Amino acid sequence: MDWRRFAIIVFVIAIMFATVVMVGSSQNSPLLIITSMLATTIAVATPLTLGALSGLYCERSGVVNIGIEGMMLGAAFFGWLAAIYMNTIFHMAPIVSLIVGVFVAMLSGGLFALLHAALSITFKVDQIIGGTVINILAIGITGFLNRQMFFGAGSVFGGQIPHAPGVLPRIAIPLLSKIPTIGRIFEQQPITWAALILVVVTHFVIFKTRWGLRTRAVGEHPRAADTVGINVYRMRYLNVIIGGMLAGLGGGFLTLESISSFEPLMTNGRGFIALAALIFGNWTPFGAWSAALVFGAAQALQINLQFFRELIPPSLAILQNSYVVGLAPYILTMLILTGLIGRTIPPAADGQAYEK
Amino acid sequence: MVDDTIVLEAKDITKQFPGVLANDHVNFDLRKGEIHALLGENGAGKTTLMNILYGLYQPDSGEIMVNGQPAVIHSPKDSISLGIGMVHQHFMLIPVFTVAENIMLGEEVVRYGMVLDQKTVARQVHELSQQYGLEVNPDELVEQLPVGVQQRVEIVKALYRNAQILILDEPTAVLTPQEADELFVIMRQLTQRGVSIIFITHKLKEVLAVADRITAMRRGQVVGTTTPAETDEHRLAAMMVGREVILTVEKEPAKSGEVVLKVEDLSIVDERGVEVVRNLDLQVCAGEILGIAGVQGNGQTELVEALTGLRKRKSGKVVLSGKEIPELHPRLNVEAGQAHIPEDRHKHGLVLGFDIADNEVLCTYYQPPFAHGLQRDFKAVLNNALKLIERFDIRTPSPLLPAKKLSGGNQQKAIVARELSRPIKLLVANQPTRGLDVGSIEYIHRQIVDMRDQGVAVLLVSAELDEITSLSDRIAVMFHGQIVATMDAGKATRSELGLLMAGANPQEQAEPPSEVPTPEPG
Repeated sequence: MDWRRFAIIVFVIAIMFATVVMVGSSQNSPLLIITSMLATTIAVATPLTLGALSGLYCERSGVVNIGIEGMMLGAAFFGWLAAIYMNTIFHMAPIVSLIVGVFVAMLSGGLFALLHAALSITFKVDQIIGGTVINILAIGITGFLNRQMFFGAGSVFGGQIPHAPGVLPRIAIPLLSKIPTIGRIFEQQPITWAALILVVVTHFVIFKTRWGLRTRAVGEHPRAADTVGINVYRMRYLNVIIGGMLAGLGGGFLTLESISSFEPLMTNGRGFIALAALIFGNWTPFGAWSAALVFGAAQALQINLQFFRELIPPSLAILQNSYVVGLAPYILTMLILTGLIGRTIPPAADGQAYEK
Repeated sequence: MVDDTIVLEAKDITKQFPGVLANDHVNFDLRKGEIHALLGENGAGKTTLMNILYGLYQPDSGEIMVNGQPAVIHSPKDSISLGIGMVHQHFMLIPVFTVAENIMLGEEVVRYGMVLDQKTVARQVHELSQQYGLEVNPDELVEQLPVGVQQRVEIVKALYRNAQILILDEPTAVLTPQEADELFVIMRQLTQRGVSIIFITHKLKEVLAVADRITAMRRGQVVGTTTPAETDEHRLAAMMVGREVILTVEKEPAKSGEVVLKVEDLSIVDERGVEVVRNLDLQVCAGEILGIAGVQGNGQTELVEALTGLRKRKSGKVVLSGKEIPELHPRLNVEAGQAHIPEDRHKHGLVLGFDIADNEVLCTYYQPPFAHGLQRDFKAVLNNALKLIERFDIRTPSPLLPAKKLSGGNQQKAIVARELSRPIKLLVANQPTRGLDVGSIEYIHRQIVDMRDQGVAVLLVSAELDEITSLSDRIAVMFHGQIVATMDAGKATRSELGLLMAGANPQEQAEPPSEVPTPEPG
């Protein structure tokens, strides 16, 4: 990631944090506000980060994936369903059920990705259409099964939505989490930690390993890779499936770590914002992650301004309207996608099916 | 060092594609340490044969022997392990990778089973480049390298894989004359070290200069094998095309008339903000061909794009037949009688997805007889296409074939047909014969000279010095965005032009580069 992009990101996040500190500092200590903002930022950024990493594996190997949204939604549902089944039907301990749920979420993300891979790599369907198919399919399947299994007489759960097994427990970093006030930041749930670790791992895999070199090669110039004996189809399939599993983990975050319930359409555009983060981050893991943090900060801004609604000075009355503030991440997305914040360069063969 | 050991032999290879017998019982052999040139027109089956040897295609019948053993080659992996390396015409390099990354791709050196060992690879690349005299810097990004150096990277890439047999597919097509000469030196050095080279080309001079043996192919068959000592350009051309070919352009002295194109003080800034054309002046008169010689990348592309309305100018005036043409209005250029044969026929010459008939009216589709008001007249478009296909000898089964299905030579003929069938005053031809075979080149050169004889002013831009010297009436040499010299074609020598193209001043008393070259009056 270039310094200019980094500077823009730091600047944007700083402005959002400063706005809230400025408004709320008469009632709360700035440190407390910043800590609360940071907590929200990280929580919101987690599924976006995972979604962006998902897109990164796909697009670095040359397959555009706009089906991240659907993969996340499907994974959120099936992961949650698996956890509930384990807990209420098979009477497993909540933590075990949740862990099974996480694996099922990743598996279902991987299966949706396998479908996308087959469509776009083997059958050479236009990849935008393939991704749209995934999105529509996920909305349909999850909506239908959700109604069939949880609502109405005769359904598996008989109209009762079980709230067990709760959400994944927090894991605290020793010492750091004991720091007063800001220690809270070092106490996060497992998928959040996993997302951070995966950013570093992905950077290493993509830029330092044989796998990464070959992945980038098939995404930049598949014929060149083919002529040196690399199996383009195999590399693309595996990367798309890895991507699907990461999107699945992001979906699992929504129903197994954030809240313990599923609602139709609950991904609410996160998959698309994740793609915007990937583009803004210029297809690099750290870039995508920091872009996800910008979106997280925008969400934190909206939530915290609602807390401090009464304290907003009349000169900034527009910030009292949470809908206006809530638009921030989407306006940001549009600005980023129109390329106002610097030019980004996608992998050269991104979105092109490879014909031998 | 040629000895008589045969390292590679193709026996009776046949390959059928839908509608084409690409290789018809082809026999070919390669001796250790020799350069064996494979000569043929586009579509003669040279590349098909090489792709079979490299494992990209499977032959329908026939046998391949490597070092005397029958070889089974199902994929490039197999051929690499047999010591066969190929440098493709379109480089198989990844622009955003470093030289080292490109070279190791597929044969990476790793630690812990997965982590790339860049240092070891960089050292190996360095050793190879020392050993074979191929200078490359492993840490540079390929996209920042000149084409000639990229080609060296391709060769090192093959040597890194222990290639003892090297297939070079039209390696000089993308090179400047100087780079080509450097390549020939490299090829000689490689054969000294026991590497055997198959050199695919359709340029006769090169074959005679560098090959030990020459095999010519035509329509999928081997026509014959000879040596440079036993043959000459004319005999080779005849072998390749199957008839006598006129290699030198025959033309009368120019009868130039009034000034048609006048460019004054033209400056152009490119996308990176670099001034690529600087205060350039030039004139082209009716009935003459002004050839612009120069190594590629000295502003010729930008100059032509600015003249044809495709690129912004920073300053300067373009006057066509006494009328000033504003920038970025290609249609005004066309309507003022300008024809343009662009450098990149795929990008700027044709709409590849359109059929030939529509491509032939790209400049005139909105005018009668091809359109009446909002209504297009398809019958007129079709008749026009049929007429042009016959007149310009475009080989196609139908005028409704998409342009992308035509061969390169026929695509170029389609462009020439469109541009020259209109009433024009000025023809701007940029690399009009790049990548074409002898037959097509002969044809297009004839058309350009005919246009001149009909009183059209021609501005010819080419990196092929032979093309410039044989066609032009006057020659202007472009270097670093300026015209450094203008001379009568009859007085120019190759060496003088070569020096000017390289930025040197061949005669001490020659005019300084900044001086405005004055065209001879008609």
